[in-house]
Amino acid sequence: MNFIFDNNTPIYLQLVKQLKIHIVSGKLKPGERLPSVRDLSLELKVNPNTLQKSLFELEEMGLIFTERTNGKFVTGDSQLIEKYRKEYAHLLCQDFVLSMQELGFSKDETIHYLENGGN
Amino acid sequence: MELLKCVNLSKQFGKKTVLNNVNLTIPRGKIIGLLGKNGTGKSTLIKLMNDLLTPTEGEVLINGQKVGVESKKVIAYLPERTYLDKSMTVDSVVKFFAKFYSDFDTEKAYKLLNDLDLDVNQKLTKMSKGMQEKVQLVLVMSRKAELYILDEPLGGVDPATRDYILDTILSNFADGASVIISTHLISDIERILDEVIFINKGEIVLTGATEELRGREGESIDEIFRRMFKC
Repeated sequence: MNFIFDNNTPIYLQLVKQLKIHIVSGKLKPGERLPSVRDLSLELKVNPNTLQKSLFELEEMGLIFTERTNGKFVTGDSQLIEKYRKEYAHLLCQDFVLSMQELGFSKDETIHYLENGGN
Repeated sequence: MELLKCVNLSKQFGKKTVLNNVNLTIPRGKIIGLLGKNGTGKSTLIKLMNDLLTPTEGEVLINGQKVGVESKKVIAYLPERTYLDKSMTVDSVVKFFAKFYSDFDTEKAYKLLNDLDLDVNQKLTKMSKGMQEKVQLVLVMSRKAELYILDEPLGGVDPATRDYILDTILSNFADGASVIISTHLISDIERILDEVIFINKGEIVLTGATEELRGREGESIDEIFRRMFKC
């Protein structure tokens, strides 16, 4: 995994977002075992405590779970993954539509624009 | 009990006050950046923590005890400038450290030296400054200490080596230990810091958790630093 961070906002929020994208896009497979906190923090070059906080948040969301002696795993609950995937897609669309509105495109014009592949 | 505590710590050299009434607590299991411009008292503070200078006023406590022989057993210190006898080979320096510190892991030292492509049979005089700094870092990180104090570990090395040094620090500090890193190269290291201590003109001007500061100010630690200490 290779994440690009922006030092202007809390790193743990960026980690949550990026890891979530990795899970909902299937780059991290359902049931896949995550590297240890130490290894993953090294790989991503972040503070282990920060990563721990992000993993805790993902665990709260149900996207990962801990098996006491074995480490952390991506959830096998495909419905939940799908739910977060849709939620993220919805967010992206909202952002896009809002940005188009700012540029002065109406909803119909935006749809037309999309259908024609940006022409 | 706190790992390290500075209580009303002051240091004067003659009439010049270098540190003025510093109060600090360093918890366990954190990576802390000691950040300040050149000549603001970072190294003096670090030397006081290592019992290499005597405070004019106040004291430094490690695990509740005044610094001294016992504290040196649990602190691994990377000085700004090396104190090693440069006529020694890397191998003999490693053996020297193994004899000196009971928490020194010789096997780990050789492994790290190998990872960094350092020749153990070479004399330090024959090595570049960057290579000597790497040797010194290996010696420090091969100890199983409670506190690692690194004074400018990134000074004088290229950006690629900086990454390597940060990796070496991150992957080698003992579980539950804390690391204090003094530097002015903030953007290179801020991502691995739990907390920062800003020091200016011998006084602590800001302490805080890096993530909270980022969230509150909407800026990187580097930018906050530049803003606060604009010349």
